[in-house]
Amino acid sequence: MTSRRQFIKISAYGAGAMAMGAGVFGAVKHLSAPAAENLVVDTSRIPTYCEVCFWKCAGWVYKNEQGKIWKITGNDEDLNCNGRLCPRGTGGVGMYYDDDRLQTPLLRVGERGAQTFKPVSWDEAFAYISEKMKQIAKEHGPECIALFTHGSGGTYFGDLLKAFGSPNITAPSYAQCRGPREVGFIATFGEEVGSPENTDIRDTKCLVLIGSHIGENMHNGQVQEMSDAIDKGAAIITVDPRFSTAASKSKYWLPIKPATDNALLLAWIHEIIYKEYYDKKYVEKYCFGFEQLKGHVRNFTPEWAYGITTIAPDIIRETAKEMANASPAVIIHPGRHVTWYGDDTQRSRAIAILNALLGSWGRRGGFFRPEKVSIPSFPHPPFPEPSRSWRNAFPNKYKLADLALASGICEATIPSTARDCTFKGWIVNGTNLIETLPDQKQTLTAIQSLDLLVVIDTMPMEITGWADVVLPECTYLERYDSIRTGPNRKPQVALRMPASEPLYDTKPAAWMAKELSKHLGLEDYFNWTTIEEMLDWQLKQIGSSLEEMKRIGVKTFERPADDLYFSDNEEVEFFTPTGKIELYSTSFEAEGFDPMPIYTPHEEPPQGFYRLIYGRGPAHTFSRTANNPNLTDIMDENLLWVNLKVAKLWGLASGQPVWLKNQDGIVSEFPIKVRVTERIRWDSVYMVHGFGHADKRLRRSYGKGTSDTKLITRVHIDPIMGGTGMRGNFVTFLTEKPAETEVAL
Amino acid sequence: MRYAMAVDTKKCVGCSDCVVACQTENNVPIGYCREWVVEVMSGTYPQLEIEIRSERCNHCENSPCVRCCPTGASHYSNGGIVLVKPDKCIGCGACIASCPYDARYPHPGGYVDKCTFCIHRILDGMQPACVAVCPTKCMYFGDLDDPASDVSVILKKRKYKTLIPEAGTKPHLYFLI
Amino acid sequence: MNEELIVSGRSNPFIDPSLNIWHWQIPLYLFLGGLAAGILFFASLYTILGREEQCPTAVRKAPLVVPVLLVLGLFALFLDLKHKPYFWQLYTTIKLQSPMSWGAWVLMAVTPLSFIWAALNIKEIFPSWDWKFSWLINFEKICRKNILPLSWMIIVLSVILGVYTGILFSAFNARPLWNTSILGPLFLTSGLSTGAAAILLISKSSAERKLFAKIDVLLICIELFLIVHMFMGFLASTQVQIDAAELFLGGPYTAPFWVFVVALGLVVPLILEILELKKIHVPAVVPAILVLFGGIMLRFIIAFAGQSSRWLY
Ligand SMILES: Nc1nc2c(c(=O)[nH]1)N[C@H]1C(S)=C(S)[C@@H](COP(=O)(O)OP(=O)(O)OC[C@H]3O[C@@H](n4cnc5c(=O)[nH]c(N)nc54)[C@H](O)[C@@H]3O)O[C@H]1N2
Ligand SMILES: Nc1nc2c(c(=O)[nH]1)N[C@H]1C(S)=C(S)[C@@H](COP(=O)(O)OP(=O)(O)OC[C@H]3O[C@@H](n4cnc5c(=O)[nH]c(N)nc54)[C@H](O)[C@@H]3O)O[C@H]1N2
Ligand code: SF4
Ligand code: SF4
Ligand code: SF4
Ligand code: SF4
Ligand code: SF4
Ligand SMILES: [Mo]
Repeated sequence: MTSRRQFIKISAYGAGAMAMGAGVFGAVKHLSAPAAENLVVDTSRIPTYCEVCFWKCAGWVYKNEQGKIWKITGNDEDLNCNGRLCPRGTGGVGMYYDDDRLQTPLLRVGERGAQTFKPVSWDEAFAYISEKMKQIAKEHGPECIALFTHGSGGTYFGDLLKAFGSPNITAPSYAQCRGPREVGFIATFGEEVGSPENTDIRDTKCLVLIGSHIGENMHNGQVQEMSDAIDKGAAIITVDPRFSTAASKSKYWLPIKPATDNALLLAWIHEIIYKEYYDKKYVEKYCFGFEQLKGHVRNFTPEWAYGITTIAPDIIRETAKEMANASPAVIIHPGRHVTWYGDDTQRSRAIAILNALLGSWGRRGGFFRPEKVSIPSFPHPPFPEPSRSWRNAFPNKYKLADLALASGICEATIPSTARDCTFKGWIVNGTNLIETLPDQKQTLTAIQSLDLLVVIDTMPMEITGWADVVLPECTYLERYDSIRTGPNRKPQVALRMPASEPLYDTKPAAWMAKELSKHLGLEDYFNWTTIEEMLDWQLKQIGSSLEEMKRIGVKTFERPADDLYFSDNEEVEFFTPTGKIELYSTSFEAEGFDPMPIYTPHEEPPQGFYRLIYGRGPAHTFSRTANNPNLTDIMDENLLWVNLKVAKLWGLASGQPVWLKNQDGIVSEFPIKVRVTERIRWDSVYMVHGFGHADKRLRRSYGKGTSDTKLITRVHIDPIMGGTGMRGNFVTFLTEKPAETEVAL
Repeated sequence: MRYAMAVDTKKCVGCSDCVVACQTENNVPIGYCREWVVEVMSGTYPQLEIEIRSERCNHCENSPCVRCCPTGASHYSNGGIVLVKPDKCIGCGACIASCPYDARYPHPGGYVDKCTFCIHRILDGMQPACVAVCPTKCMYFGDLDDPASDVSVILKKRKYKTLIPEAGTKPHLYFLI
Repeated sequence: MNEELIVSGRSNPFIDPSLNIWHWQIPLYLFLGGLAAGILFFASLYTILGREEQCPTAVRKAPLVVPVLLVLGLFALFLDLKHKPYFWQLYTTIKLQSPMSWGAWVLMAVTPLSFIWAALNIKEIFPSWDWKFSWLINFEKICRKNILPLSWMIIVLSVILGVYTGILFSAFNARPLWNTSILGPLFLTSGLSTGAAAILLISKSSAERKLFAKIDVLLICIELFLIVHMFMGFLASTQVQIDAAELFLGGPYTAPFWVFVVALGLVVPLILEILELKKIHVPAVVPAILVLFGGIMLRFIIAFAGQSSRWLY
C-alpha cells in the first residue's frame, strides 16, 4: 500500500484534484484542518487511545505526507470500540488544531478570577507552586491539598499528591455522575458496574433504559451493542420524559413524569414478584431477603404507580411481561449519570433488584463478568500514611461512598468552625469545575478561600480563569500516558503515544508531575528517567513491551478462566455482608438507611416554571469539546426543547432566543434558542449540557447557547453516598434580555 | 459494476460521526460538508416516530449534474461514481443548481466538490470512511452487480426507498425503512 | 407535528437554508443576453425584409450597443465563475445536453457577428470613421455584399440566444419553479420585448416608433399569456410545482413579482403604449424604460425564487 501508487490511481480515476487540490489552486487560508492536497497518505500510524471522553477507545492516528496529523480511526482489535470511534473521537483532531489552546504556563497577576495572567517559564511556575504547597503543608498539613482530576494525567499528579502526604484525590465522575449506581450495585451484588459497563447489550433480548439516552450518550461500545441488539430483534423499553433517540428505536416509550422513576421500578418489582415472573431458581440460590422484598412491595401496584408516574397500568404490566419473557437475557440498564434527585442510590438499588429478580446478573444477555489486566506501578518508596482525609470533614456521613466526593471537598474548602479539615490548595487536572459542579456560588466561594489553585488544562476553560497558576497540557495526540487497562469481556491493554511534538510550550502531565516532584524533594517517587522507560518496564511485567505495543496498539489477553457468565448451578460468592445478592440490604440497614428502596415524592415545578433536565449531544463531551472546530461544525450551541403546548402558551417559536430564570431568581447569562417539539413532556424543558461558555478566550464557543450548571442552584444531596442530585431545579422563560445586574451571580 | 450505498434509517442514531469522518478523511474544509444527517419526526405526543437519514450524493445513474456540466468536469467514473475533476471545473454552479438533493458545495478552492464514495479507499479495498466509522454499523456499501456484496444482500432482505425517485435521477443511495 | 432538522449542523451558506449559488451575475447576464438577442433579431429581421430605411434605428443604431451588452454579459458570467483561471475549459468541449455549454458556444458565435454588424454601421455615430487598413476595408465590402446570409445567420442565432436564456433555467428539474418548458418562450418573448423597447427608446422616427410600439404591445400580450399559462401549468402539476407557484401566490416573492414584473413591467407599459397608439400622448421613454426594468426584474426574481424552490423529501 504505497502512497505513490495510491496517488496515481486517484488521479487516474479523476479524483486527482482532491489529491492535488491546494497544490494547484493555492492552499485555502482558512482551513484549520489539513488542507485538501493531503490525500496522498503516509500510511504510518501511531497508536493512541481517545481522551475525548472516558470510554477510552483505542485507535490509530494517521499523518499526511507533510507529517501533520490527519485523522484518527479506531483500532479493530479494541473491544471498547471495535475499530469505530464515535463522532467526538473522530473529531479529536480538532483538539490538536484548536488555535485557542493554552500555549504557555500562566501566573495570575491580578485578583483571582479577574483573568489577568502573565506568561512564565515552567521553572517559575513550578517554583511558585512548590513554595505554596510547602507553606500549606507547614501551616495546615499536606492533607489540605486536594487533587480534582478527570483525565489521564491524574495518575501522575495523584502519585505526586500521595507522595506529598494527601489522600484527597477526587473526580467529578463519582458524586456528579455514577457514584449512586456503584453504591447501589455494591450493596446488591457486592460489585460495581464499572466502566466500560459490564452490560451484555450485544446479546440481550430486552433492554430497559431508565433515562439512559444511548445514541445521544455516545459511549461507544454501548451504542454499537444497542445497534447489534436492534438487529437481533431485541425489545427496547425506554423510560424518559423526553422522546430520546433511543426512545425512537424502542418498542415502548414510557414518557414518565420526571422524578418518579422509583414508583415505576417498585411497580415492576411488584408485578414481577406477584405474577411470579421472577427467576425462581436464581433467586432461591443467590438472593437474600426475597420474602422481605415481597412484603415490602405488596402495595406498590401498577395502579398505585399510575397516579405518580402517569404511566398507564396496562403498559406497566405489558412491559414487565416483556422483561420476564426475555429473562435472563434482559438488562435494566443501570445508567451512568445518575445523580438526579438525591434518592438516586435507592433508584439504583431498585434497578439492581429488578435485574436480580430476572436473573440477569452473570448471565448471557444480562451482565457479564468483566476481566482486566492489573499493571504494577513502577517501583517507588511507600507513600506516607496520611493522618486525615476528606472524610474527617463529614463525620458519620457518606460512609458508603467508596470514592472521594468532589462536591464534598469543595464544600469542605469553605472555612467553617464546624470542621477540623479545611482545604487550602487545589490541583485541578482536566475538569472544568465551574461548569461541572452544581451550585456555582459554592464552587466560587470555595475557590476564593484557597491559598493555591493550580489548573492543568489544554484549553482556556472557565476554571483556568480562576487559577493562580495554569499549566498548559499538550493534547492526548502529543503525549504518552499510562497504559490503558479496563474491564471488558477479555482483558486488554492499550498504548497512547505521541503522534506529534507538542505544539507551543505545552507539556504532558507526567512530565509536569515529575518536574514538580523535584521542586518538592519527592523525586524518589518518580524514579524513571523517561516515560518510555517506565512504560516499557510496566509492559514487560505483563508480558509485552513498549516496542510491541507501538506496533499493535492494543494487546488482548486470555481470560484466566472461561467464566464470562455464571455456569449452571455455579456456587457464586457475592462480596456482600451475607455473601448473597442482597434484595434486602444489610449494609444499608447497618448505616440506618432503608434496606429496600422506597418512593419519596419530590417537589414539582411551581406555576409557570418547568423542570430543567439535561443530557448529552452525540457530538460533544461537556465543555471538553465545546470549542473543537470539527465538532462545533456539527453543533455550536445547545437548544431549549419546549413542548408544543407550552410554546403556544408562551407564544414561543423555534429559533427564538430566550433567557431562563430559575426558582432562586438566577438568570442565564446567555440566551438559548427555543426548539418547539413534541418530543418532550409539557412539565419539563431540556438542553444539552456543556454550552454557554463565558470565557472569551474560547472564540468559537463563547456565548453560544446557555449553561445548565448556572441554573442548578438547588442540589439534592444523596444521604447515602453524597451524590449531588441536579434535576430538582425549575426555570421560567424571559423573552426580553434581562438587565446586566439580574444576571450577576 | 454499479457502486451503491444503503443506510438503515432504523438503526442510525443521527450522531453525525459519518460527517466528521468524511471531513477528516477527505479534508473537507470546516464549514462545508459532503454529507449531512436529516432527522424527521412525525406524529403527535406520545405516538411519535423518527426517521434518521445520513445523506450524501446519490451517485445518480441519470444525473442532472453530469448532464448540465458545460466542461465535462462532472463525469461518471468507475462503477458509476459521479466525480468532479477540479482542474476542468470552472465553478459555474450549474451542477449545484441542478442537483435535486443539494449534494454539492462550492469548495473554497473554487471548484465544486461532493461525495466521491471515497473512491480512493474503495480502490484500495477499503470501505468508504463514513461506512467504516459508523458506530451503529447502519451503512452498507458495495457493487449492485455483485449479489454477494453487502449492499445487494441487505437490499434483498429489507424494504427500502430512494429520495425523490420522481426526479428521474435513478439514485444509488438507498434508505432502509 | 412534523419536525425536520438537519442535525449535523450543515452550515453552508451557499446551499442551506436555501440554495443561493447564483447571485446578481447570472440574472444580469441573462437579461443582457436577452436584450442583445432582441435587438439583433429585429436588426436582421428588417434587413431580410429589406426595410432598412423604414427602421433605421432597429437596423443600424440599436445594434451598436449589442457588442457592449454581450461583453458586459459575458463579464458578468465570468464574475460568477468561482474557478476563473479555468474559464477556457468551457471551450474545450461541446456538451449538447448542457445549456451552459451551448449558451457559451452561441455567445461565442453571436458576439463576433454582433461586432461585425456594429462595425458595418459605425459610421452612423462616427460619420468620419476610417478603417485605415485596406484589408479591413475589403472585409467590410465582403460583409456588405453578403448582408443577407449574415442576417439569416444572426436571426437564427439570436432566437437560439433568446431561448437559451430561459432554457438555462428550465433544464434544471431540481428546481421545480424553473422546470417548465414555458421559460424558454417566455424569456425569448421578454428578450424581444426588451429589444423592441430599447429601439423605441433610441428611435427618433415616429413611424418606426409606432411600429415598435405595436410590436411591443403584441409581445407583452404574449408574455402575459405565457405567464398565466405557466401558473396554470404549475397549479395543475405535482405538489412541488404547486409549492413553487406558491412562492408567487402568497409566498415571499408575491409582491415583487406582481408589482415589479407584471404591473410595472408589463401591464402599465402595455396601457401606455396602447394610449400612445391611440394618439394620446405619453412620453415614449416611460413605457420603454418600464419594459426594460420589467425584463431585469423577471430575470432576477425567477433566478432567486427558482433557487429557493426545491423538492421536499
Ligand atoms: N456524546 C456524549 N456521550 C457521553 C457523554 C458526553 O459528554 N457526550 N458523557 C458520558 C458520561 S460521563 C456519562 S455519565 C453518560 C451519561 O449518560 P446517561 O446516563 O445516558 O445520561 P443521563 O444524564 O442519565 O440521561 C439523560 C436522559 O435522562 C432523561 N431524564 C431526565 N430526567 C429524567 C427522569 O426523571 N427520569 C427518567 N427516566 N429520565 C430522565 C433526559 O431526558 C435524557 O434523555 O454519558 C456518557 N456519554
Ligand atoms: N450541569 C451538569 N453538570 C454535570 C453534568 C451534567 O450533565 N450537567 N455531568 C456530570 C458528569 S456525568 C460528569 S462525568 C462530569 C464531567 O465533568 P468534567 O470532566 O469536568 O467535564 P469536561 O467538560 O469534560 O471537563 C474537562 C476539562 O478537561 C480539559 N481537558 C480536555 N482534555 C484534556 C487533557 O488532555 N489534559 C488536561 N489536563 N485537560 C484536558 C477540558 O479543557 C475541560 O476543561 O460533569 C458532571 N457535571
Ligand atoms: S466513546 Fe468516543 S469520545 Fe469516548 S473514548 Fe470512545 S471515541 Fe473517544
Ligand atoms: S455515523 Fe452512522 S449512526 Fe451516526 S449519523 Fe452517521 S449513519 Fe447515523
Ligand atoms: S445526487 Fe446530485 S450531485 Fe450526486 S449524482 Fe445525483 S444529481 Fe449529481
Ligand atoms: S461548477 Fe464545475 S462541475 Fe459544476 S457544472 Fe460548472 S464546471 Fe461542471
Ligand atoms: S463515501 Fe466518502 S466522500 Fe462520500 S460521504 Fe462517505 S466519507 Fe464522504
Ligand atoms: Mo459522567
